[in-house]
Amino acid sequence: MDALSVLKALAIVGALGIFVGIFLGIGGIIFKVEVNELEEKVLKALPGNNCGGCGFPGCQGLAAAIAAGKAEVDKCPVGGAPVAKKIGEIMGVEVEAGERKVAFVACHAHTDEFELDYEYSGVEDCRMLGFVPNGGPKSCNFGCLGYGTCASVCPFDAITVEDGVAKVDKDKCRACGKCIEVCPKHLISLIPYSAKYAVACSNTEKGPVVMKECSVGCIGCSLCVKNCPHDAVKVENFNATIDQEKCQKCGACKEKCPKKVIEEL
Amino acid sequence: MIRNLIFLALGSALINNVVLSQFLGLCPFLGVSKKIKTAVGMGTSVIFVITLSSIVTGLLYKFLLVKFDITYLKTIIFILVIAALVQFLEMFLKRFIPSLYKSLGVYLPLITTNCAVLGVALTNVSKEYDLLEGTINGLATAVGFTISIVILAGIREKMQYNDIPKPFRGMPIVLLSAGLMAIAFCGFSGLI
Repeated sequence: MDALSVLKALAIVGALGIFVGIFLGIGGIIFKVEVNELEEKVLKALPGNNCGGCGFPGCQGLAAAIAAGKAEVDKCPVGGAPVAKKIGEIMGVEVEAGERKVAFVACHAHTDEFELDYEYSGVEDCRMLGFVPNGGPKSCNFGCLGYGTCASVCPFDAITVEDGVAKVDKDKCRACGKCIEVCPKHLISLIPYSAKYAVACSNTEKGPVVMKECSVGCIGCSLCVKNCPHDAVKVENFNATIDQEKCQKCGACKEKCPKKVIEEL
Repeated sequence: MIRNLIFLALGSALINNVVLSQFLGLCPFLGVSKKIKTAVGMGTSVIFVITLSSIVTGLLYKFLLVKFDITYLKTIIFILVIAALVQFLEMFLKRFIPSLYKSLGVYLPLITTNCAVLGVALTNVSKEYDLLEGTINGLATAVGFTISIVILAGIREKMQYNDIPKPFRGMPIVLLSAGLMAIAFCGFSGLI
């Protein structure tokens, strides 16, 4: 190969490169798409996980909706208050600071704490257990099934199944609500990030029934209600709930609970 | 003539399947085959790009590389042209067919560096196909890719419900399934 052919190759490839560059450059100008600047800015402020927690198809969809004024600026559950504030600045809207929320699983019965009616060896997906007798092998019909469907749909890896029960890492949770949708037992709900005590049981059966089924189930004894100095705990349908707005985080309910149902977060 | 083209198409779509017997394009084959929906998206993009790039590289080879006697530079020039083509296609779709652009989405730029695309262009040259044959070969190869990635995605969707032994979870079982698929595809060699 002589010097001339090297030069020739160089010239042709170089020329092709320059041609392609110019071609793409011109194409870029001709095919320029008018993008809504507002939408771009909003999109940049959004987290970009495309989790769909807002109900729109990805962050792009929400950005378009916000820019068009069809959605509120605080629609993104993941970004929470800081993102809402940023978008509010872009859109010129005042935003009230909402509280950050996290998911909470209302069951904490570990493997040795609940009874089984039978052994189940089928598809390991909680959603499938709607088709098996009694809604799963657990005697308790309100308990976490522990197959981790919530963990598998969580886009933020915030849920782990430990010893037969799902647990939410509240620092990783962005409250997108995916787990709430898939849990067939409806155990997961959103509580404020600052909440310190929560009732980790959702069993609404009478006390003696619960006692047979689970050693850490709420029997509806109302000791927590009597001992709460701030009137924050209520028992309805033999199941206690804590009103997080009234709760002063004193911990009296947790101390008095005979079944250790109230969990400190 | 038409007979030959049909045989060519069958051959490159099923018998010499681009993924299962030539081991090209394995990256998207394993990476984007978790759900049938995304697999279809990827497959459509591949069909789109490979067919177009077969035409463009065919023309380029005939009227530029052969003419100037620099066929030894085909690999680098094809890469350049295919990358530019995909980029251009993306712009074009974004402007004129936004719905298609949205559904192809991220897959288009991913294909830029896909070896299956380059592989088809180089096969067309090395087997001395003319423009029509090259285009048919490209289209059929891409259809073969789509068939196999959609099948694998279907298998993987069902596999989620199985209790797989721990050491095989994740990629190993996917590779095993792909291997079994390749063996099954061997059956097509009796077709012609």
